[in-house]
Amino acid sequence: METTNTLSARDFSSDQEVKWCPGCGDYSILKQMQSVVPELGIAREDIVFISGIGCSSRFPYYMNTYGMHSIHGRAPAIATGLKITNPDLSIWVITGDGDGLSIGGNHLIHLLRRNVDLNVLLFNNQIYGLTKGQYSPTSELGKKTKSSPLGSLDHPFNPLALALGADASFVARSIDRDPKHLREILSASHHHKGTSFIEVYQNCNVFNDGTFLNFTDKKLKDEFVLLLEEGQPLVYDQGKKGIRLNGLKPEIVNLEEGASLNDLWVHDSRDATKAYVLSRFFDDSLPRPFGIFYQADRPCYEDDLLDQIDHAKGVQGEGDLDDLLRGKRSWTVG
Amino acid sequence: MKNTQALKKVTILFAGDSGDGIQLAGSQFANTTALAGNDLSTFPDFPAEIRAPIGTVSGVSGFQINFGSEEIHTPGGRPDVLVALNAAAYRKNFPSLKSAGTIIVDPAGFDKKNLRLAGYDDEENPLLNKPADYQFYEIEVTRLNRDAMKEVEIAPRDRDRSRNMFVLGFIYFLYNRDLEVTLHFLEEKFKHKPDALEANKKALMAGYNYGDTIEAITRFRIEKAKLPAGEYRNVTGNQALALGLIAASKKAGLDLFYGSYPITPASDILHELAARKNYGVKTFQAEDEIAAITSAIGASFGGALGVTGTSGPGMALKTEALGLAMMLELPLVVVNVQRGGPSTGLPTKTEQSDLMQAVYGRNGETPIPVIAASSPSDCFWAAYEGAKYAIEHMTPVIVLSDGYLANSSEPWLFPKAADLVEIKAPFRTEVEDYLPYERDVREVREWAIPGQAGLEHRLGGLEKEDKTGNVSYDAENHELMVKTRARKVALVAKDYPETRLLQGAEKADLLVLGWGNTKGAIQVAVAQALAEGLSVAQLHLRYINPLPEDLGAILQRYPHILIPELNDGQLVRIIRDHYLVKADVLDKIQGKPFLAEEILAQIKKVLKDGNH
Repeated sequence: METTNTLSARDFSSDQEVKWCPGCGDYSILKQMQSVVPELGIAREDIVFISGIGCSSRFPYYMNTYGMHSIHGRAPAIATGLKITNPDLSIWVITGDGDGLSIGGNHLIHLLRRNVDLNVLLFNNQIYGLTKGQYSPTSELGKKTKSSPLGSLDHPFNPLALALGADASFVARSIDRDPKHLREILSASHHHKGTSFIEVYQNCNVFNDGTFLNFTDKKLKDEFVLLLEEGQPLVYDQGKKGIRLNGLKPEIVNLEEGASLNDLWVHDSRDATKAYVLSRFFDDSLPRPFGIFYQADRPCYEDDLLDQIDHAKGVQGEGDLDDLLRGKRSWTVG
Repeated sequence: MKNTQALKKVTILFAGDSGDGIQLAGSQFANTTALAGNDLSTFPDFPAEIRAPIGTVSGVSGFQINFGSEEIHTPGGRPDVLVALNAAAYRKNFPSLKSAGTIIVDPAGFDKKNLRLAGYDDEENPLLNKPADYQFYEIEVTRLNRDAMKEVEIAPRDRDRSRNMFVLGFIYFLYNRDLEVTLHFLEEKFKHKPDALEANKKALMAGYNYGDTIEAITRFRIEKAKLPAGEYRNVTGNQALALGLIAASKKAGLDLFYGSYPITPASDILHELAARKNYGVKTFQAEDEIAAITSAIGASFGGALGVTGTSGPGMALKTEALGLAMMLELPLVVVNVQRGGPSTGLPTKTEQSDLMQAVYGRNGETPIPVIAASSPSDCFWAAYEGAKYAIEHMTPVIVLSDGYLANSSEPWLFPKAADLVEIKAPFRTEVEDYLPYERDVREVREWAIPGQAGLEHRLGGLEKEDKTGNVSYDAENHELMVKTRARKVALVAKDYPETRLLQGAEKADLLVLGWGNTKGAIQVAVAQALAEGLSVAQLHLRYINPLPEDLGAILQRYPHILIPELNDGQLVRIIRDHYLVKADVLDKIQGKPFLAEEILAQIKKVLKDGNH
């Protein structure tokens, strides 16, 4: 057995050359993952990365763990079968906005409702990169791409609202350009028991460069980034602004112009209603929240399944193959 | 004393409305008959709708059973006895009845309303204008059963629900059957519904006693069949298939994972397995057909025996994932309980029309072994063997059953667990020099499962480099890998037993070649042809891909090959393609199994037309 505390990020880097475009946000996510996993206290052989198809889905090839680069959209279902088979594994599903929300949308919502104990990283770059630049299910309305020369007609998904709607038990957002934040969220998702859903904003510098500029540009991000901290008031823009709840309606207040910290919405990631309101911070009229929106303790599918099996064995006894073949009624000839 | 007449075999068709409990009565009769020591074969036939329009021909449910003191290979072609609970059941099934057969009817099912629903004109009541030469028993089932129900506390609307038990009791009397099996069944079924239990028992007894009281009725006696010695049980195809999967997982020492999405006629496999949790079976009712197979692939990656089961339309949805499983070279069993197609087709009817799909239906060069079951109990062996090849050759395997095999039953000389052949999973444990796609002489790679230190590796659907499994777009390597995977699947044939004729001589004018559920009907037809002195032989194919290595030499011995198939000609194309032999199809695409007489007629026609 290898001991985990001797491993470093380099031990999790496979011998395969990384083939994302230079400048792609995926590099940062890979780097943060490789530096977080040695700190999680899991043996390398117990870690599995499962992906579908798309730029992000090449991820498992670059992690020196067990992994599978599967088919488009199906990673959540493959991971479910694997987790049911071996619940001791730490399984990470790597997907993108096309893979996870378009072709694999069905599997994603069913994974979330079942609450299988694994982690889903959805790299959201709001574009189809590997197929060279068509609009994705998270692209903004009116987006002009090769497949939408007059502008996209598709209303975009709000991934976190979707996850909350599917009763996900851990819902968070982070971004490729904030390594420390991303590492914290990855670590928290690992420690959550149940399906963790993490949307990672990821810049595609070839086909959709700058789509998250509001949240990365030094001049803009103060105004648009709201970092969620448990038990803390919702404050942003260097402490100048905050969010107050008027009933269920969020309002921006200016702390420099008389508003009090005491009036602000205090973040409680166990509050499902507030989490949903937070997920609706989805246009430029409100800052975009980053952090853990919601977490809840809910039974995991694979634990309940194993409980049923244990219970059946307890009540009926461990099954004997000859009894099974004989069935309830048999008779003898000759 | 009644007259008792000895019979060698008899075929009874129970028919009524789909709400009449025909399937239940039929399967009870089958279980009782099996325990009485007869050989038998059944054919349940029911509408796709849960409650098809009451009283109409499309709503008729039928259960045919052929049983006897001799070996039984089919559900019996044309029935000797038709039990028709209403006019629609009569209308639908009378034409298939044997001439001078026996008809048992409930006149209450032939009232004005029922006659109209069955599509008879006002003056057309068949009971008033009985066809000559047939023996009619008009038994007032509804009235007599209501009389019996007077002694039971039961709501008026429920009192006719036990009519099926009354009829069953009467048939038990006619055929000298014991009530014990059914009484025991009712006690289990209605353990928590004492009123329903009382009503059903009362109806069963009333039917039996009615037979005893009426005059001028002949009872029948069918001696026990001379079956090979041993311990038997009754089994349907879907039950047997589920048992085969569990047995294989136990013998291989693997957990069984069954991912499935409900679909007719495969759902009973899921039900069977879900009830076997004390055997450690993990069933997963997936969100769709694709998740059903991909979850099974995930389970196999994790070291379990991953299995998924479905029927035609679901098989279509699994196609891409089948390709992935083939590329990953992980064990996977995919069961297709075929039904009438294309598209949604005929969900409750049988067909053999997914053979091409099983053998060829994927993108790229994607050979996958295909095994076809040939009888309800053979579903056990097909599943067991399919799992064995999947595990030992690290490949997906398709096991073909169909709606007829799935729901039909027969007595089964079941094996002892200790007598089942071993299944050995090619696990990798040695850490040194591990290359995920290094192969043994059979081109089989080893199975390294997550959780083992030092064997970390990545799999995927992209083409991979020989031995290392790393992604490779190299031209020469791609061709090498395609050929290697093909050779690996071809080498599965090395594990097959010798191919043997079922009947007839090694040289004859005609070989009848079958696959799947046609075995019984062909067996009866060829036996008759041989008895009539015709030069014919029978071979039944179990392994469709890869084909047995000794098959070609056998086929070459016959100047003519006839292939009966419940499709528009699929195996016939594969056989012609592989062997360039003269083969013709006898097709039937009616959602029903072959009758032996249809095959016999074609045998005679071919031999007459041919210039042999």
